Amino acid sequence: MTARVSKWPGVELSAADLLDGKVTQTRFRPDAKYAWSAGEAMSRFLEELQKGRLIARTCNSCDRILFPPRMFCEECFRPTDAWRYIHDTGTIETFSISYLDQDAKRIRDPILVGVVSLDGASPKMGMMHYFGEMTKDEIRIGMRVKAAWKPPEEREGSVLDIRYFRPLKKGER
Amino acid sequence: MRKVGVIGAGMTLFRRRLQETGKEMCFEAAKMALDSAGLTRADVDAVINGTAPDAFDGVHMKGEYLLDGCGGYRKPYTRVFTGGGTGVLSSIAGWWHVASGLADVALVVNEEKMSSCQPHPQSVFGHIWDPILDRPLKPNLVWIFAMEMNRYMHVHGVKKEDIARVAVKNKRNAVGHPCAQLADPNITVDDVLNSEVMAWPVQRLDISPPSDGASAIVLASEDFIRRRRIKDRAWMSGVGWCIDSTMWTDRDLYFPEYVARAAKQAYKLAKISDPRRQIDFAEPYDPFDYKELHHLEGLLLAKKGEAPVLTREGVTERDGDLPVCPSGGLLGVGNPIAATMGMKIGELFWQLTGQAGKRQIPHEVHTGVSQAWGDLMQYGCVVVMSA
Repeated sequence: MTARVSKWPGVELSAADLLDGKVTQTRFRPDAKYAWSAGEAMSRFLEELQKGRLIARTCNSCDRILFPPRMFCEECFRPTDAWRYIHDTGTIETFSISYLDQDAKRIRDPILVGVVSLDGASPKMGMMHYFGEMTKDEIRIGMRVKAAWKPPEEREGSVLDIRYFRPLKKGER
Repeated sequence: MRKVGVIGAGMTLFRRRLQETGKEMCFEAAKMALDSAGLTRADVDAVINGTAPDAFDGVHMKGEYLLDGCGGYRKPYTRVFTGGGTGVLSSIAGWWHVASGLADVALVVNEEKMSSCQPHPQSVFGHIWDPILDRPLKPNLVWIFAMEMNRYMHVHGVKKEDIARVAVKNKRNAVGHPCAQLADPNITVDDVLNSEVMAWPVQRLDISPPSDGASAIVLASEDFIRRRRIKDRAWMSGVGWCIDSTMWTDRDLYFPEYVARAAKQAYKLAKISDPRRQIDFAEPYDPFDYKELHHLEGLLLAKKGEAPVLTREGVTERDGDLPVCPSGGLLGVGNPIAATMGMKIGELFWQLTGQAGKRQIPHEVHTGVSQAWGDLMQYGCVVVMSA
């Protein structure tokens, strides 16, 4: 077919055609707002964050310590069994040095972001977070890190109660 | 299960912005696919629409909105949606309509109009993240690719040059594609390596940008194909799909296990025991250059860490032993998410029926595999097609 068709449908527009109103168009700006109840597992998780602690759930069937915590094990498909505190230290599994903000706008000072697997949870289980107190040239996969918590009075029960993960200092646990 | 063949395909131009509405694009692609199969809408028993997040078009429940353009009016009609995976999953949905015996002819129409979202569709991509764990960090979708690419590079010691070769190959392959948005006959590895850093290790030319476009295919049963004496057909000999957990920070991102599971399902159905030997060419999902490598390994067409070596040695070039993305892929033709079916399923059909024109693989090919990927680094779907 591609060899037999000579005209392919579609009329290309430039950004100016659209944004400067050179083509007939219509516009709309949605104003949707949401409030989520955090549910059973995440409510406890967020309360513990406010206290400066990370918590997981255990599954006695597969013997995993599940983080982020959940009330059911997706593998065994049964309710999880108990709460278990884990450590606020871990290892950088992967990272990015981002020059893009949420809307794909360019930023000058890059955001260091990635996945940290946490000590005390089952292997490779962790969370996405920012990294700080290190430069883009210092960050590396395998680096040992520790949560830098906001002062207790500033915490509000959010993953942002951890400001970022910073390099683990010598002798520190 | 009945044998199912692809008997027609069509697509619009892929461009950053098209004047046509989503419905109009669907109509153009669907009409072209029906014309190429020599059928009319009256021959169609069921219609499947594939289209990704509603937020891009800005029309909620857009399956219903696109209905008339898809030719689904007053017929059994279903929208399927698995993020980027929709580009191949919708054809699998078409397959199950025909394979089951429910329909003799199914029309599959995929659409994406990403230009409507202002100033950039990236803003609404933010809504795919978990509202409690991820969204407070104000994530950008490019981050997930950057994190996955970095992990893949780290585990196998892959160099950025070897990843950049994929972007060069696909943008050059797209030169022969009449719908291509991003074809570039002169692009070099240095161009990719010197392009703007977006979210390291991802640079501008590692990415396929947003596009508008639509594509369509027509599927029919073996009986129908015989009865109507349809010459141009390629059989869908295997299908598979699989999704991993939403808890993406709990798995090692270096290998897409869910793609491997989907591939094994498809290969079993297609009676393929040695994919590297029995598959002649591939159209893996390539929204980013490293994804082609990642997916070749997931499709078991390369060992873990071997895909960059095959690329460097020219094995995946159009005239190589295993041509990969001879269409030009998403990197070369464009990335209107679900509509990439035009390169994934459409290209397999055109290659296997000798209609790919300038993109035709120079040696004879009998079996191809295509794959798409989507959701939050979770979803793989695979289709094997044979001449």
